[in-house]
Amino acid sequence: MPDVQALVGDFVLKLKRRKVEGSHASARQTAELLRSVVSQQRLPHAGQAAVLIDAVRAVGEQLIAANPVELAVGNIVRRVLHIIREEDLSSTTTAMEGLGLSVDSDDDNAGEHEDRPALSAAAVAAAARSALRAPSLHTLLEDIPESAAVPHSSSSGGDSEGKSKSADKSLKSRKLKHGVIEAINELIQDIDTCHEQISEQAVEHIHQNEVILTLGRSRTVKKFLCAAKEKKRSFRVFVAEGAPRYQGHVLAKELVTKGLQTTIITDSAVFAMISRVNMVIVGAHAIMANGGVIAPVGLNMVALAARRHAVPFVVVAGSHKLCPLYPHNPEVLLNDLRSPADLLDFDEFSDCMDFASRGGSPLLHVVNPTFDYVPPNLVSLFITDTGGHNPSYMYRLIADYYSADDFVVKRRSTS
Amino acid sequence: MDSRRAPRTVIDPKVRQVGFVTPGAPPARSHSIPADACSSPPRAPDFTLPSNSLSPVMIPPARHASADGIQVLTRASAPVPVPSTTTNPPSPLRRDGVQIPIGSYNPSESLGTSPMRSPSSRMDGPEFSEDMSMVSSSRLARGSSAKAAAASFPGTNTEMMAAGKVVGNVVPAKSSLTTASVVKTLPGLSDKGDGSLAEVHGEAAGVAKPLKQKTSRADRRAIQEAQRAAKSAAREAGGGKPSGGTVPANAAKGEFGKPSQKKDAASVSGANVVPEKKVADRPPEKERKKDVPHPRMQFDDQHRVEKAKKRAVVNQSEARNRVELFRHLPQYVHGTQLPDLESKFFQLDQIHPSVYKVGLQYLSGNITGGNARCIAMLLAFREAIKDYSTPPEKALVRDLTAKIGNYVSFLIECRPLSISMGNAIKFLKSRIAKLPHTLSESEAKFTLQSDIDRFINEKILLAEKVIVRHAVEKIRNGDVLLTYGWSSVVEMLLLYAHESNKQFRVVVVDSRPKLEGKALLHRLLSKGLNCTYTHINAVSYIMHEVTRVFLGASSVLSNGTVYSRVGTACVAMVAHAFHVPVLICCEAYKFHERVQLDSICSNELGDPDVISVVPGRKDLDHLDNWAENENLQLLNLTYDATPSDYVSVIVTDYGLLPPTSVPVIVREYRREQLWM
Repeated sequence: MPDVQALVGDFVLKLKRRKVEGSHASARQTAELLRSVVSQQRLPHAGQAAVLIDAVRAVGEQLIAANPVELAVGNIVRRVLHIIREEDLSSTTTAMEGLGLSVDSDDDNAGEHEDRPALSAAAVAAAARSALRAPSLHTLLEDIPESAAVPHSSSSGGDSEGKSKSADKSLKSRKLKHGVIEAINELIQDIDTCHEQISEQAVEHIHQNEVILTLGRSRTVKKFLCAAKEKKRSFRVFVAEGAPRYQGHVLAKELVTKGLQTTIITDSAVFAMISRVNMVIVGAHAIMANGGVIAPVGLNMVALAARRHAVPFVVVAGSHKLCPLYPHNPEVLLNDLRSPADLLDFDEFSDCMDFASRGGSPLLHVVNPTFDYVPPNLVSLFITDTGGHNPSYMYRLIADYYSADDFVVKRRSTS
Repeated sequence: MDSRRAPRTVIDPKVRQVGFVTPGAPPARSHSIPADACSSPPRAPDFTLPSNSLSPVMIPPARHASADGIQVLTRASAPVPVPSTTTNPPSPLRRDGVQIPIGSYNPSESLGTSPMRSPSSRMDGPEFSEDMSMVSSSRLARGSSAKAAAASFPGTNTEMMAAGKVVGNVVPAKSSLTTASVVKTLPGLSDKGDGSLAEVHGEAAGVAKPLKQKTSRADRRAIQEAQRAAKSAAREAGGGKPSGGTVPANAAKGEFGKPSQKKDAASVSGANVVPEKKVADRPPEKERKKDVPHPRMQFDDQHRVEKAKKRAVVNQSEARNRVELFRHLPQYVHGTQLPDLESKFFQLDQIHPSVYKVGLQYLSGNITGGNARCIAMLLAFREAIKDYSTPPEKALVRDLTAKIGNYVSFLIECRPLSISMGNAIKFLKSRIAKLPHTLSESEAKFTLQSDIDRFINEKILLAEKVIVRHAVEKIRNGDVLLTYGWSSVVEMLLLYAHESNKQFRVVVVDSRPKLEGKALLHRLLSKGLNCTYTHINAVSYIMHEVTRVFLGASSVLSNGTVYSRVGTACVAMVAHAFHVPVLICCEAYKFHERVQLDSICSNELGDPDVISVVPGRKDLDHLDNWAENENLQLLNLTYDATPSDYVSVIVTDYGLLPPTSVPVIVREYRREQLWM
């Protein structure tokens, strides 16, 4: 337990100091941290899931507070909570199965008996998740009683546990934890492999001689483009350099080594060039529940220009960037203002930026935001590891990955 | 003034008829009308109408040949360049069109000799324009001989000559070429001379028909001579000269033609009317032609590029790794020209040192910004004109025009011209061409210098002030004003608003690679303005708090497109999306009749190397040696085109306009400039 606390403190510090940046890195590390939290957590006999959820929630709260703008952290915390709930559900059902139908909820579980033989909990959870991904009437029907049964089952789980206390208690607790950890491992793997899954779809979206514009650097975009190139598509790419970080230079270099025709343009030339572009492909920082995108700064401009010229604006992002929150004033609330040093030399204007002079309001302010908010109506398509989706479909995907109870991680602790 | 007014009112309907008549053209026509009206009221409408609606159908096939023949004749006879034509290449077709109407109108006219005259005089115009470029003394000589021949013709010639001399020609050689001079004077006279010229008009009208039929050279010559004679006769009939005072006034106003050398001829008056009328007719077409912007050099045309290279003063090598989309634009390895040019500094033969200096400054980027470049260029030209002396056996007008042309092409080699500079050059050339012939060289030079000064003062400096006055009314207390890059007018505006105690905040948006906003920021801060600085990607972040966007422009094109520093379009677009009004501040001299829909067909490519290096960011060295990889290109655009629907209003020295009114200003402004 103490070493977990140390790990958490360490990671919180890293997040606060922005040592960990980028949704991929933070998502991955968050998942790893939560895995160790889960594995270290000692579980009581009763209400294991609740204990586990509380522990993850407490840690998650700290992590989110450390960098509220890094939405991937919150996403992963919610995903882990969701995993725990699922595991708990499946373990209860299997437990109930083991107990026979004697308990109480024959009607609830009647349908589940057929398609749920005694599988491992992880497998069940995975199956449930994959089933959710492809929405069908069947799964929808199944889904509703299941989620409705969640609070009920946890209480009934307690009941049933009480009844079968002596029987397989230890086995079950080990099973729950094991299942959760298994699922988290799967999640980490998902995060790592999401690029491959996304880039597999590249050939379906990029045709021969296409002209593509992107801004800044996104690993997903890079892999996406390279995958298309490897499939023998030849096309050219305009890379806007993406001030103030100028990561576009890096991306351009990487693309060129893959043999792609690449042209670097300044950010200001985006509007001039977009009329000759067939498609805009960009990465995202996070995708909100309404289909809006928190993206590297400058992309709102690009999206507007693309809309003006009716150029498809495609966002590629792994599903760990899918955030179940609806944005409110995201330009301000979900943004990071960085150091003016990116824009101006300190010695050049330092006297004008002195907060001590002029009663605390210096003559010069320098605004250097990190993110832009692209409203859903400017986005043509999302390409995630589960396929292409419309912005308007995002809320549905979110229902697959998160349970509604976890949308606000903080609530439990405050109340 | 009456003279100005009257023509305008008359003109208007005509302008409408013609469709896209050049601003300059209409007045000319108008002149002809009053003259006609005086002489024979019913005819006047006829005359104008056909000329406007030159329909190809009306042109008989034979005409062509005859017209050409006449041209030849005229060339021989009248070497002096006639009205205005320098810029317009002569087109036989057009001419013909003009002629026909005249002929058709006055079928009744049967002045045997007189008809010829007018056509010939007309012909002179285009011909001369051709000649203008290559001023040849031999021509002059020929012309004079032709003159002599003409003189031999019955009586009137001598009178003509006399008339020509009456005013006192400064240049003796030219004085002999009365016909030409007459033609030139016409434009000037047009305003005033109506009454006296009426008869001449009639004659002129009659002329065209006979011309068509002529085929043989001899005939044509005869016709021409006859014409001349008729002209002189007309002069006599006209009753001598109009008041001397009127002539200079006209010359000053001179609409199109370049009334160049012939003040004296103008004074002669009566006879002039005829040619004038024709001139008046012709210019519309020419002007219209001129209106169509000259096709720019396309650098993907290998053949022409090679040719251009041979002419070039500057040695420059093509940049590597060019962007395919921009093959048609010139791009050279930056810095390769400079050392070469510097080494040549002391062996200049054709380029005046001040021009050379300005060229180097353009090249090195020491002078940037539309106004600054334009002023620098004009001042350099002013210096050059000051030191200019006409070589023997050459005419100042032509030689100086050629010289300026040389300078301009040198400057273009250093850096492509901005549209504002193009307009200024056009202005200067028209001033040179319109120099009254009577002026001595020193006077002419002085006139030109003061013209340049006036252009700089009125069209640039004063215009900026006027714009500031207009725009400052749009700044309210508590406003947050956003500007992009650095525009001299916007800077003046902000400082002026600050001085007039308005409370506002400025957001300076900047972008690589020029980072001009930093310079602006420095100046604003030093004056104590409250500023926010950001880069162009953050513009949609900052736009929430902005209440007004003020942008400068390199040019405003006649479809309302704002051609400006690259990035302006982005800022305007974001402002539009956030429903923030966008005000473009642009002096009217930067307006241009060109139209453009995108930023690709015409643009300027900057040095790509500056993109690979981010100043102050040592860690960004990914693009070192970028040129070694063929797949990688760097694109450094200089301008972009902002669609007109992003622009709320354009603030000019003529007031605040919607972008749709730009073509109107272009037209009106052109006319005014020609009068200036």
